[in-house]
Amino acid sequence: MSKKITIEPVTRVEGHGKVTIQIDDFGNVTDSRLHIVEFRGFERFVQGRPYWEAPVLVQRLCGICPVSHHIAAAKALDVIVGAGTGHGLTAVGEKMRRLMHYGQFFQSHVLHFFHLSSPDFLFGIDGDPALRNIIGVIQENRDLAVQGVMMRKYGQEVIFHTAGKKIHGTGAIPGGINKNLSLEEKEILLNGADPMNADKMVEWSLGALEFFKGYHAHNKDMVDTFAAYPSNHLSMVREDGAFDIYHGVLRAVDNDGKRILDDVDYQDYDKYIEEEVRSWSYMKFPYLKHLGKEKGWYRVGPLSRLNTCDFIPTPLAQKEFELFKAYTNGKPNGMTLHYHWARLIEVLHSAEMIRELLNDSDLQNDDLVVTGEKCKKGVGVIEAPRGTLFHHYEVDDDDRITLANLIVSTTNNNQPMNTAVNLTAKAFMNGKAEITEPMMNAVEVAIRAYDPCLSCATHALGQMPLEMTIVNKNNVILDRKTK
Amino acid sequence: MSDTCKFKIDGKEIIAKKGQTILEAAKENGVFIPTLCNFTGVKPKGSCRICSVKINDRFMTSCTTPVAAGMEVESNTEEISDLRKSIIELLFVSGNHFCPSCEKSGNCELQALGYRYQMMVPRFPYSFDKKNVVATGPKLLKDQDRCIKCQRCMKTIKDDEGKRYYAFKNRGRDLEVVMDEEMSKTITDELAKEAMENCPVGSIIYKGVGFSEPIGTRKYDKQPIGSLIETN
Repeated sequence: MSKKITIEPVTRVEGHGKVTIQIDDFGNVTDSRLHIVEFRGFERFVQGRPYWEAPVLVQRLCGICPVSHHIAAAKALDVIVGAGTGHGLTAVGEKMRRLMHYGQFFQSHVLHFFHLSSPDFLFGIDGDPALRNIIGVIQENRDLAVQGVMMRKYGQEVIFHTAGKKIHGTGAIPGGINKNLSLEEKEILLNGADPMNADKMVEWSLGALEFFKGYHAHNKDMVDTFAAYPSNHLSMVREDGAFDIYHGVLRAVDNDGKRILDDVDYQDYDKYIEEEVRSWSYMKFPYLKHLGKEKGWYRVGPLSRLNTCDFIPTPLAQKEFELFKAYTNGKPNGMTLHYHWARLIEVLHSAEMIRELLNDSDLQNDDLVVTGEKCKKGVGVIEAPRGTLFHHYEVDDDDRITLANLIVSTTNNNQPMNTAVNLTAKAFMNGKAEITEPMMNAVEVAIRAYDPCLSCATHALGQMPLEMTIVNKNNVILDRKTK
Repeated sequence: MSDTCKFKIDGKEIIAKKGQTILEAAKENGVFIPTLCNFTGVKPKGSCRICSVKINDRFMTSCTTPVAAGMEVESNTEEISDLRKSIIELLFVSGNHFCPSCEKSGNCELQALGYRYQMMVPRFPYSFDKKNVVATGPKLLKDQDRCIKCQRCMKTIKDDEGKRYYAFKNRGRDLEVVMDEEMSKTITDELAKEAMENCPVGSIIYKGVGFSEPIGTRKYDKQPIGSLIETN
């Protein structure tokens, strides 16, 4: 008799998700779905509010990467207040935002890898669930755990000195920023007491990469085949093709590396990207219009950024990028667990960029804000830690927001996560008589590779619990397991 | 005959000038009594009740009650603090005071009093009345969800001929403070900024400039409300 398995809640993933797996009479997986079952509604309740509230209001979508929403909204409003896109700000305006964003990237990626994903690598996907968490990591590999905690703390400090608060700051405002970096703050971040300084963060970032590469060398088959599949990839790249998470143009490549979108000004994103609504999830499914729903979906995030960019403009990360590209002979990399490899290269790049920016005297300039002729529509795009993030606002004559459209990174990765879940379910559950905890964790590992938090995408709160339900082909529930 | 008199607040001897209100004398003697509707230079009306004290077992508003020799005033007691806290809570539930995205956060007197009286969760249900943001004027917007109807804008923001920019509209539950639409078109920058400054909450906002003052550097970020009076 065919049956359906539901994993609900999904753990070590922020927000609330549910996985349903349908199996046939022979115990083979026939279909699976990652349901996002919360609703947030930010796009609606920001309507009617004065536009300058958006960067501080909308960032409440998330507690892990609020800076991404903060800056994306500010970038959209730069356009509305006439400060232009991207490079229209003063040097200190753009560089302070960049520093804030790299601090955010650093802490968020570190949290994602060390706190949420490293337990799977240290203890194995089928490891003892009682150990397979950050406390277990501390007991097993204290140095690694301490580095993870301190690296995240450092990233948070960078955010504090640029945004005014570690979480939900106010640093980016329409047309610029509200503070520069004082020389005292520069000294704290650049040359703080060991280990809280920029050089140590670069050193530890290299160490984290070596940890992953060592694990990869010993577990090649698993890392390379786990939920690996071909797909398109999309990200923002700098105008010259360099890796850039703050400003640039949209680029997408297919599985062969052929550019299927290039040099696209993100102010026109809605000419190229469409969102599909499916009845079983609150999260939409974006795709490239010209390729249609079936062929136009794409992945975003660390793996995609390294698949679309031509180079990384810092020396140590560039060296690691070359190794990463060589692994697939320069072709796009479709291996889901390589997201973590790419993520750690981005951690290194962020540490290098933080150090470079801290040495830039422009950060002490006083010309913080630029204004110009107002207009009524603005789109802000940045590369958030999980992937490309779109904020689109329209305002009326009275400065009130009339429309907000947010396509967050997790939404962009909706179809990819569903695909990864499906492949994992087939690999781990086909023909099995009983659903075990390791099988359920494998599905979560697939989701976590992309995203440890689903709440922003639905516009939810709390830790994500996991429930797995088994149903037959007529959707009758035969079994349900929760954790 | 002396023009001063002595009385006590919570047992502390206060020397006051005759004719002063309890609030004025308390302030001069380093005793903080919270206020919201009271504003320097404007005749007090005692409408918000947050400055209530107890004299001879009766609640009186300290902003309107003149001092008298030998008076025994209770102010910082558990009962009165809870009364003040309940007034703050009622003001919070009567609108939508979402501090995180309010430009006045850190400079807001209501928020500062919420912290002082350790308001965690209001004990009263939210009213959820539908209120508007009126933003038709070129310089100022009025967020009715944040208005506590203290009347400070009505009494202090006037043109050269003494005509008020703000007035009450409607009655009862529908009562709101509105800005004269025609006058709003010609208000000066200076007066518009004064209107925002005089508003104890974030109901009157100067348009277009948001969050230019970083968190941590705002008035009550540096000095909790009342602390300046108490250290004098």
